[in-house]
Amino acid sequence: MATTSAPTDTSLRFDHVSMVFPDGTHAVDDVTFSLGPGELVSVVGPSGCGKSTLLRIASGLATASGGQVEVDTGDVGYVFQDATLLPWRNVQANVELLAELHGVPKDERRRLAAEAIELVWLQGFERQMPRRLSGGMKMRVSLARSLTLKPGVFLFDEPFGALDEITREKLNDELLRLFDSQRFAGLFVTHSVSEAVFLSTRVLVMSPRPGRILADVPVPFPYPRAPELRFTPEFAALAGEVSAALRGSR
Amino acid sequence: MTTVLPDATTGSPPEEPAPEAGGQQPASGAGSPRRNGSRLATLVPPLGVLAVVLGIWNAFSYVLLEEDQRFLMPPPHKVVQVGILDTENLTEILRGLWQTTQVALVGLAISIVLGTLLAVAMSQARWVERSIYPYAVVLQTIPIIALVPLIGFWFDFNFRSRVIVCVTISLFPIITNTLFGLKSADRQLHDLFTLHGASRSTRLRKLLLPAALPAIFTGFRISAGLSVIGAIVGDFFFRQGDPGIGRLLDVYRNRLESEELFTAIFFSSLLGLVVFWGFGFLAHRLLRSWHDSAGGDH
Repeated sequence: MATTSAPTDTSLRFDHVSMVFPDGTHAVDDVTFSLGPGELVSVVGPSGCGKSTLLRIASGLATASGGQVEVDTGDVGYVFQDATLLPWRNVQANVELLAELHGVPKDERRRLAAEAIELVWLQGFERQMPRRLSGGMKMRVSLARSLTLKPGVFLFDEPFGALDEITREKLNDELLRLFDSQRFAGLFVTHSVSEAVFLSTRVLVMSPRPGRILADVPVPFPYPRAPELRFTPEFAALAGEVSAALRGSR
Repeated sequence: MTTVLPDATTGSPPEEPAPEAGGQQPASGAGSPRRNGSRLATLVPPLGVLAVVLGIWNAFSYVLLEEDQRFLMPPPHKVVQVGILDTENLTEILRGLWQTTQVALVGLAISIVLGTLLAVAMSQARWVERSIYPYAVVLQTIPIIALVPLIGFWFDFNFRSRVIVCVTISLFPIITNTLFGLKSADRQLHDLFTLHGASRSTRLRKLLLPAALPAIFTGFRISAGLSVIGAIVGDFFFRQGDPGIGRLLDVYRNRLESEELFTAIFFSSLLGLVVFWGFGFLAHRLLRSWHDSAGGDH
């Protein structure tokens, strides 16, 4: 029911996808949507509604028990709930990790890491160990790590959920700046309605388990979006609409 | 003789060392006044305890024991006089200690290599873990002392069988701690490595082993202490080959040479302490940049 004007160039397509775990938990039910480059789609829903399961399926970490998924899993960047840095590596070595796993030669790795570190404004912190960084900075290292591979599809699993509000809004602004310059296709799972509306081109509202898509709300605000957008009446109206859909789901 | 430098930088009152602890002060002139002050603060309490223990010890020897019973608890200065200042006795004890140290170090090295390899194999395949783990537990629960004579029969009463006793006692903590460490890597990090197609050996080298290092070193430290105990126990029962400190303990006990016995016990404890502390220091140096357990001083 939920596909809006499918872009001609599709990076990720879910076609009637369902997920029933071996223990009988029905996590996701009949989910259909697609997104392409330059689209940032947020998924909001009550806890345990299978939002994260969608990302695991999209990345290939889990296989759907029903339906079709179209995606190039080699082209996927995954940003986890936690920064998931290797605590024994400094910032530079952490950012190089993925290229290293893909067998990229050392010089090239250095260059990719330097580029990504610049994109998230972490120059000067290359030699720092993760334990010395704040939560927000760790998350930026995590973003930089994914950016090194220049993925076409970015999956975000509540990446800023554990951060305080000020840091979260700052990182939202930075993520938008990255999105504006890199034009990837993004799927962003969050439990914050205002974060979803501020970031995305569309917001998908999911029902409690088994997760189904209840509403597909387009967000018409053009990019680049200024931080002040959060305080406009139009923004409040749209956030209200998403909240209402979310409340209706209970 | 007591050098107390006022701590002008923080304005806190200078540490007053107990007057009786004089002569045990750290060499003055090392480091800044502030550093000296904090060193004093860490040294004074244990030295105070030492003074109390020596006092009680003396009271035991002279007040509680009649002269003909004094061999049960010879006073501290007699122990020093006979055990340490008598060159012949000291040489005998240090030679025994060196023998035991060799057994302990060889045994510990074998335990470390064998234990780590077994734990890695167990972490890589469930069936290996299920096959081996019960026997590792058995190794820990059977009374090794009962087996020591048997090991002597089978492998002769020489260096080799002393090492075998030592390995038998010190192997288990290395297996369990390493295995626990290898399994402690974060689940999302596992997902990350899976997403990017990491091979089994890459995952082991770049994720599992580094994540396990703190636990591995905990195992090393426990086993280091046990390897000394193992070396002494093996030696205690074996009456052939070069005598180690365990052999000497038995000899001194039979001859009622309590001053020598006390000295031998002191050096045995010191050996265990040095090996334990050595691994603590190594772990601290290797892990301090990223792991909280290595944050303090050891």
